[in-house]
Order: sequence, then C-alpha cells, then structure tokens
Amino acid sequence: MAATERDAVSLGGAAPVMSPDLIMQVAPGTPAREMSYQEAIREALREEMTRDASVFVMGEDVGKHGGAFGVTRTLFDQFGGARVRNTPISENTIVGAATGAALVGMRPVIEIMFVDFSGLAMDQICTQAAKLRFMTGGQCQVPWVLRMPQGGGAGKSTAAQHSQSLETWFAHIPGLKVVLPSTPYDAKGLLKAAIRDNNPVIFLEHKFLYSFRGLVPDQDYVLPIGKCDVKRVGTDVTIVASGYMVWHAMLAAQMLEREGVSVEVIDVRAISPLDRETIGASARKTGRVVLVAEAVRDYGPTGEWAMAVTEQAFDYLRAPVVRVTGRNSPVPFANSIEDGVWPRTDDVLQAVRQVMAY
Amino acid sequence: MNNEIPIDVALSMYGTMVRIRRFEQAVSELYARGKIPGFLHTYIGEEAVAAGVCANLRLEDKIISTHRGHGHLIAKGGRLDLMMAELFGKATGYNKGKGGSMHIAEPDLGMLGANAIVGAGAAIINGAAFTAQYLGNDGVAVAFFGDGATNTGTFHEAMNFAAVWNLPSIFVCENNGYAESTPRRQHQKIQAVAQRAVAYDMPGVTVDGNNVGAVYLATRSAVQRARSGGGPAFIECQTTRWRGHHEADQQHYRPKEEMLTIEDRDAIRDWRNELLARGVSAAQLDEIEQTAAQELENAVAFAEASPLPDPAQAYTDIFTPVSEAL
Repeated sequence: MAATERDAVSLGGAAPVMSPDLIMQVAPGTPAREMSYQEAIREALREEMTRDASVFVMGEDVGKHGGAFGVTRTLFDQFGGARVRNTPISENTIVGAATGAALVGMRPVIEIMFVDFSGLAMDQICTQAAKLRFMTGGQCQVPWVLRMPQGGGAGKSTAAQHSQSLETWFAHIPGLKVVLPSTPYDAKGLLKAAIRDNNPVIFLEHKFLYSFRGLVPDQDYVLPIGKCDVKRVGTDVTIVASGYMVWHAMLAAQMLEREGVSVEVIDVRAISPLDRETIGASARKTGRVVLVAEAVRDYGPTGEWAMAVTEQAFDYLRAPVVRVTGRNSPVPFANSIEDGVWPRTDDVLQAVRQVMAY
Repeated sequence: MNNEIPIDVALSMYGTMVRIRRFEQAVSELYARGKIPGFLHTYIGEEAVAAGVCANLRLEDKIISTHRGHGHLIAKGGRLDLMMAELFGKATGYNKGKGGSMHIAEPDLGMLGANAIVGAGAAIINGAAFTAQYLGNDGVAVAFFGDGATNTGTFHEAMNFAAVWNLPSIFVCENNGYAESTPRRQHQKIQAVAQRAVAYDMPGVTVDGNNVGAVYLATRSAVQRARSGGGPAFIECQTTRWRGHHEADQQHYRPKEEMLTIEDRDAIRDWRNELLARGVSAAQLDEIEQTAAQELENAVAFAEASPLPDPAQAYTDIFTPVSEAL
C-alpha cells in the first residue's frame, strides 16, 4: 500500500482525512459497494428490520428527522412510525422501555443521542438490563442494542458534555457487551450481530467516523462480538487500538514501514467481552506493545489491555508497555486547548519509536 | 358495589390474600430464625392491592413488582414452594437462588420481576405494554410501586412516556404513607398521589387499598379501558404497612398511637365478613385458610430440604450464549 497525499492527518482544527485504502477488509473480487460508516449502520438496521419484525428503533428524534447525526434517516419513510419511534427526552425510561420490550420478545435498537447522555440512563443500563438475566437465574434475556455516538477530536468544539469516550463505564458491568466498530465493514457486521445477540449490547459509534468510507460486501454477513481483528500483520511491535484510534494506528504503521519497522495492529472491536488471547498472542510474537485509546487515561481501556499483555506475554516483552490516550481532562471548548487532549498519529509514532528504542 | 363482584372472583381474592398473609408471616419468622438471608420486605397489611389488581389479569398480562414483591408474585399465580426456596437462597428456587426476595421473577406467569431500585419498574413496564400494542393483542401491563417512588424522575418519565404512546400501562401506587421511614407529608406535598396523573392527562383514582373489592373494581375499569386502546391509567391504593420497611426495621419513627392502630384495618378480616354476609359459609373460608397453611408447610419443608447452589453458578446466566442461528 503506497502512501498517498490523502493519508495525512491534520493536527489543526480541521477534520483529519484518512484514506479508505488504509484498511482493506474485503477480498478482491467479492461483490461489494463503497459506503460510509453511517450508511453501513443504516443498512444494517434496514436489513435487520426487514428480516425480523421484532426489531424496532426508538430514541430522541430518530423518526422523520433521522436522529442527531442522520443515521436513521429514511428508515421512518420505509418502516413507518410504528417501528421507528420518536420518544420524549427521557433517557432512563427509553432504555427501561426497551428492556421491558426485550423481556417479552422484542429486539429494540435504541439510540441515545450522545454517549454523554447515558449518565441519565445508567440505572436502566447497568442495574436493570445488565443484571436481569443473572438475577432471574437465566429465566429472562434482554436482547437490545443501545447505539450511542461518542468521541471527539474533529475540532468541532463540542466541549465537555458532547465529546467523551465512555466505553469503560459499561465494560465494568458484567452482563453488557461493548462494541466499538472502526470501519464501515465492521460497523455493519457487528451491528447485525448485536441485533441478533440475545444480550444487551452497547454499540459505540465514533461520531467522527460517520463520514469515513470503505467497502462493504453485498452479501449478508455478521462479525463475532468478542474477537479482536488483526487489521495489519507485523513482527516488530504490536499496536492495540479501538474505534477511531485504529486509523491513527494504521496510519502510523504505514509511516513506520518506511522506517523499516513492521507493525501489527490489533483492533479491539469489542472491549467486552475482551479477547485477551489475540492481544496476548501478538504481544508474544512482537515483544513490544503500544496501546491506543481515545478515552481518558486513568482507569481507561488501556489498563485492562496492559493487564492482558502482562498475564499472557510477560516473559516475551522486550520493552515496557506504552500507552497513548486522551488526556485526563474534561474536553475543552476552544480549539487551541481541545486539540491537545486527543491522541494523534504523531503520538502513536512517538510511542512506537520509544518501545523500539528501549 | 362489592356485591357485583362475581362470587368466584371474590373467593379467589380471599384465597390470594390468605396465601400472601401466611407466606409473609412465615418468612418473617424464618428470617428472625436466620433461615432467610439478605433484606426482607414483607407485604403484610397490603395484600388487598396485589389480590384486587391481579384478579383482573390474564396469565399473559405482565406485571413488574418492587422490593416488597412476594405478594405480587403470589397474586399472579406463584408457587409458594419455589418462592420459599428462592428466599432461602436454594438452587431449586424460581431463580436458582440468584435473585432472592428482592429480585424474584417468573416470566412464564407474566411476572417480570421484583425490583430493588425504587421507580425503575415504571419504565420497564412500558416496554411490555408497548409490545402488546405493537403485536396488536389486548394485553395490559401493570407496574406496582409505592408512594416514595412517585418522587423519582423515572416515574415521571414513565408516566409521560405511557401517555404519549397511549400504552396499555397501568400504574398502581401502593401508598402506605411511608417512603422507608419518611412519612408522606415530609416527602410530597400533594394531598392524593393520584393527582400526579393530571400532569400526564391520564385518569387517576384514589381507592381504599384495604378494601379488595374497591381495588378490584378500580382496576377492572382501568384494564377494560387499556385493553380497548384507551391508554394508561393510574390507581392509588391507600394502604397500611404493618411491619417495618424491612424486617430489621423497628419502626421507632412511627408514633406510638399509630403503632397501636396499625392493625385496626385488616383487609382479610373485612373481606371475610363481606363474604359471610354474601352467604359464603365459614367452613368454606376456613378450608381456604387450611389449604394455604398446608401449602405453606410443604413450601418450607421443600425449601429446607433443597440444596444450595453450587459456587460455580456465579459464572453462569450472565450472558445468553450466542445462538448458532446467528
């Protein structure tokens, strides 16, 4: 894969542009179409709603308006108001109602406008839905999907209450699955799997990825929830990343290749259940590990990934594990400060050079 | 009014109340003896609410309960032996001993669970009600909760949600005058809890929750309305909690004169007298009592004899395995 002018990352306020060529997931010759991450999510919803009448969509403004980011746009026209349902601004009750419907056989797909608003629904997510199967000794199941955009870094000044990455809030609760797709291909296959899964699945869409494009096969497919995906095979260093950070990892890997460093990139497509084995196997192979997550550093996902490396590959390590994360700070408003809190390709490059030089 | 209730329904409600009372008296005593672990909230004094409401429901109608939930499951047809085993924390319980008193559930009876988070059930029941509406059947769904729960945000969200979606949700408030230890005059200012319904353009009524006939009749009209697409309703049942918030609660906060009169209203005694006045023989009512006593004795023996769950059970039933059909 040759570098192109498109693979540059802007370090300023403008949105960085990544080439779709950075991540190729569809084998040549496979019937496929290029589409955006947002279109891939919409297509998964459309196909699952067509396939199964128990699937319905609910959330604030998801009807005619199509949701805050337009993900559900056109679904209302196709499926009508009975299945694409606007709700009052009542996050806890939206999730609670989804749980009640799921308990009696429906497959709700809920949209909460920003993950930052999930704080209003934490009782229903973590203390109800996540625990009902266990508390009832397996008598109940809660097959819902909760879709939430998260993350920031687009230089859009969305500030402290619309920009967080909160995946570990949910991953800390046994009973929830937590998915973070990084590409259109993954988003579609994982969302279809999440809808068919009989457990509550938290589906975190990086809002910055909505416009990212990639090939998606024409044929129906699902991807396993709880398996890491090796996005790039390498031998010198392992980068473990999820969501948007996978793109920074891939871009860094491409740049490092020119320096003669062979990088393996592991995409943690689901942080819960965590596929420790794939992380461990890669760490044993390369002996050097860099962890990249947009969430704030302390008690973020990288801590758990580092533990997986320690447990599975300690004797093989040739350098201490290094991590690249969001700053331990609320997300600021002004571009000049906001820009400094996000992990960038440069940070990943530096981290890899650090472990290589150890 | 109560005389218009069919005699078989009236007798059935009597049996339900007696089974609840017996069960609760037994678990109270077993708790004191250390046989039942955890928190135990008994329903003694409030039996008429569960009995009167659930007498209007079909097997496929859904209910969701509270931390004080044994009565609701019994009224929905719960088996005392499987309930007792669950409260004992035994593997043979309804939920394998993983839920206990506060989380007991039996979806096959439409009982979606006791729930230890005050107000949470009001949100969940809307989803069950929506499903009935979506499927086009005439099912209804009932949430039970106390006066304290009507101060939670979730309750207000759920009432509004049910009203806007015109759901067959029925909100039953068991107003026993206390949110744990806090008397109602200290936690809400409205005269009647049913006034809350006005804000959501929903019918709201207040009934004597110690009169099982009154509870039955109020619920009947709400259920008929909901089944025919008329939307949600709110029923406030004014009742009395005879015992503490939970069994360890000595109720020092309750005035002495109130403590002396708690048992003046006894829904079971009153209903017995009404049934006698309608010509039911004392012998028939005594037989109902004896049957319940026997059932309970068997339930305790079953729970005592049942095995504890294996420690490995901590790691099962967390997730439903991913289906092959995926």
